[in-house]
Amino acid sequence: MSLRPHDERMVMPTPFAPRVAALCQTNDWYTWAGYTTPNTFEEVGLEYFAMRNSTGVFDLSPMTKYRITGPDAEAFLNRVMVRDVRKIKPGRVGYTVWCTDEGMVHDDGTIFHLAQDDYRLCAQERCMDWLHWSALGFDVEIVDETAGIAALAVQGPTSCATLRNMGLSGIENLKPFGVATFPFNGAELLVSRTGYTGDLGYELWIDAQQALPLWDALFAAGRERLIRPVGSEALGIARIEAGFIMAGEDFVPAEQVVRHGRARSPFELGLEWLVDFDKGPFTGRNALLKEKREGSRYRFVILDIEGNKPANHSFILDKHGRTIGHVTSAAWCPTAKSNIALASMNMPWGRDDDEMYAEIYYNRELHWTRLLSRCRVRRDPVFNPPRRRATPAQDL
Amino acid sequence: MKKYDAIVIGAGHNGLCNAAYLAKAGLDVLVLERNPYIGGATVSRELHPGWKYSNCSYVCSLLRPEITRDLELPRHGLQVIPYEGGVTFTRDGDYFGNYGDHERQYREMARHSVRDANAYDRFSANVMRQTRLIRKYLMTTPPDPTSFKPRDIKGLLELAESFTDMGDEGLLDTLRFWTMSIGDYLDEYFETDLIKAHMAGSGIIGTALGVYSPGTAYVLLHHYMGDVDGSVGAWGFARGGMGAVADALASSLKSFGGEIVCDADVHRVIVRGGRAVGVALADGTEYHAGTVVSNLDPKRTFLECFDASDLPAEVVHRAKNFKIRGSSGKLNIALDGLPTFPAMPKSSTLMVSDMHASESLFELERAYDDWKAGTWSEDPYFDMLIPTQVDPTMAAPGKHMMTVFVQYCPPTLADGPWTPEKCDAFGKTVLDKISRYSPDFKDLVLDVEVRTPHEIDNEVGLTEGNIFQGELTFDQLLFNRPFPGYAQYRGPVQGMYMCGSGTHPGGGVMAAPGANAAREILMDLKKPNVVPEGYLDD
Repeated sequence: MSLRPHDERMVMPTPFAPRVAALCQTNDWYTWAGYTTPNTFEEVGLEYFAMRNSTGVFDLSPMTKYRITGPDAEAFLNRVMVRDVRKIKPGRVGYTVWCTDEGMVHDDGTIFHLAQDDYRLCAQERCMDWLHWSALGFDVEIVDETAGIAALAVQGPTSCATLRNMGLSGIENLKPFGVATFPFNGAELLVSRTGYTGDLGYELWIDAQQALPLWDALFAAGRERLIRPVGSEALGIARIEAGFIMAGEDFVPAEQVVRHGRARSPFELGLEWLVDFDKGPFTGRNALLKEKREGSRYRFVILDIEGNKPANHSFILDKHGRTIGHVTSAAWCPTAKSNIALASMNMPWGRDDDEMYAEIYYNRELHWTRLLSRCRVRRDPVFNPPRRRATPAQDL
Repeated sequence: MKKYDAIVIGAGHNGLCNAAYLAKAGLDVLVLERNPYIGGATVSRELHPGWKYSNCSYVCSLLRPEITRDLELPRHGLQVIPYEGGVTFTRDGDYFGNYGDHERQYREMARHSVRDANAYDRFSANVMRQTRLIRKYLMTTPPDPTSFKPRDIKGLLELAESFTDMGDEGLLDTLRFWTMSIGDYLDEYFETDLIKAHMAGSGIIGTALGVYSPGTAYVLLHHYMGDVDGSVGAWGFARGGMGAVADALASSLKSFGGEIVCDADVHRVIVRGGRAVGVALADGTEYHAGTVVSNLDPKRTFLECFDASDLPAEVVHRAKNFKIRGSSGKLNIALDGLPTFPAMPKSSTLMVSDMHASESLFELERAYDDWKAGTWSEDPYFDMLIPTQVDPTMAAPGKHMMTVFVQYCPPTLADGPWTPEKCDAFGKTVLDKISRYSPDFKDLVLDVEVRTPHEIDNEVGLTEGNIFQGELTFDQLLFNRPFPGYAQYRGPVQGMYMCGSGTHPGGGVMAAPGANAAREILMDLKKPNVVPEGYLDD
């Protein structure tokens, strides 16, 4: 077996690196899954508002992408995912989580049903070992496509118009979680109406060789629709505003947990709606049935917090000052004008009427203040506009 | 003649640590060292002018941070600089780089297998789970499971609780881990032989067992349970070589008024009326003390420093049967410049990592077969580092010192005893192997110190040249180290104690045995405890 040659670079460029680097005025980088990625390009507020007001483009090439094919692809995915994968028809995408036998979440991600017996699993974390581990007895092939596929999130109210302007005719008719393909520069461009912002938006997937032409065409088409590249900081605000959890922040991927009990189940992440006990056996089913019967340890909540100081890393206290939970992600949300936190509450806390306070520390000119800010549980994400779902997509 | 409160036999790191704590508690302490220099196997010596060698132990991770801090070893000159990663060269001119950076390591593993690259996360989480269990017990006297003393019952309950804390599978996983082979363990995670071979090294270093011998998975844990600045599993270079550890301990000891006498070869522990009352040197000099502590291994302690008639027969038998087989040799090499490894650029971060050239578990097992047959491995495993890329004090600028730990190498050869010629032939086997991966290496060699188990036994005093003062197998760990019933540092004779790596928690430059023994001694002397205890990590 001959191996790929060594690459002595410590961190790798994504397929869009030349364009991203040229536009990254802040020179503010971090490493995402081994790839150089911008925290910001110019100013986080401008980038955030591009996603909420016009079009923001985020390079998500480092996302893990596995191609799962073969006669048993559907049966295999249905065996390892908590949701009924059979209901994700060809040309559709489904959000899902996958669990250990103990019912603890490995990761969340999206399943693209590209064609009969042909799926793509897209996620933040890697799970090749576990997929192979679970594939015994199934006739499937699992291939890591991460490096070979360049991907862009194109999100915001003018995203549909931008893509139409780029020549993707009929894109406005693509339904949420729908997938369509378009010819592009002699290659196939895959477009899904998916995203991590809770808004109208799309994700574009193409052979890595086509990355730069795609970027150029996209930005040319979007110039008058006020397209702008966005870094991970802006995306981080948008996803909290939309109530989306993130691996490594709001939960620890089960396989990486060292301290017993630190993982979370789907129920403990507010994802009970995904778990389908009627579909037949799947990994973690028995443990999740038991949890459903006996109760969970934690409750995931979206908290609306009084005041405007973000509650990052805060403990949540009851009215006696006892710790009853903690914040896993928090941001001031500029569109909703709300101070939002995602939190993990010890059961039974986090009920609608519970009296709860976030313990927030902030520093102004060497003067520290400790706030106890009242929290209210939100039943829905604070940002959830109709345009997110409207089909045909409107050009707003 | 002056009577001391305590005499420690042997100025290894554990003897020095033990003495430092006894002196800190106000005792009048004397350390007696056979060699003209201190340190035991924690030593730096200038055997070639201008070059300092870490003659035995060569990297530092296990040294307990509680001790470093409490004895103010940094103030006494100790600095440990972390290094990261490792590399295994392959015959086809390639290499496997086990980078410290997680993503780079992933990418490198994925060259061989995407699945293995991902499985590493599962592997490292599971190993970390085991280190968290054992780390709690490093600075603790092992509880005696046959005792009904409150402290032992409490200790056993805490042990049971630690298992419960690991979850339902904790006890099962742990029992498997502590008894299985490193080869079988790695087979549960990885499919690539080269990756397994790279990882397996930590399971056999210092151990006269093969990669498929039961018990070697624990040896890997023993190499992962230390830390540098809170980074568990990390290793570092002691500035000035490992002798810096002994020197700092000695300086701390002296700051508390302790004394060290070198060239003092203890011949006998003097026992009167069932009590240890002092020691007699080979030259007849006697030193007297109410407490005598041995830093020597259990065999040297009980079979050489005592009259058998002064000891319970059981202890003599246990000492005779104590497993302390030498398995490794060492080359310390003065180099005129930095050797080239054409497989990778000289600027590679892996130049400062531990280097190896064993490509498969089969090769490693074969290397062990040679040991069983009574010869050194024809194709040995080595763990090779060039610390002078980080440490400016061990050689002149531009010059380098290379430390090469070599396995396997038997304490006695099938064709008769070690001779200088055989020692040279062993060295040549290793030099030849290194030069296969570095063509300019041999031209740069200015001096080589070759140490077989024979030299390690005779010069350092480790029986059979076993670097851990006794093998780290489950039958000789925790409350069975060194022997059942003698794991709480007290010897079979009143007033006599053990503080070497032959006691819990075992070998490596950890200093925990010395500290734990001091705590027990102070308890017996009804002195307030000055020794840190327990576990601070979360």
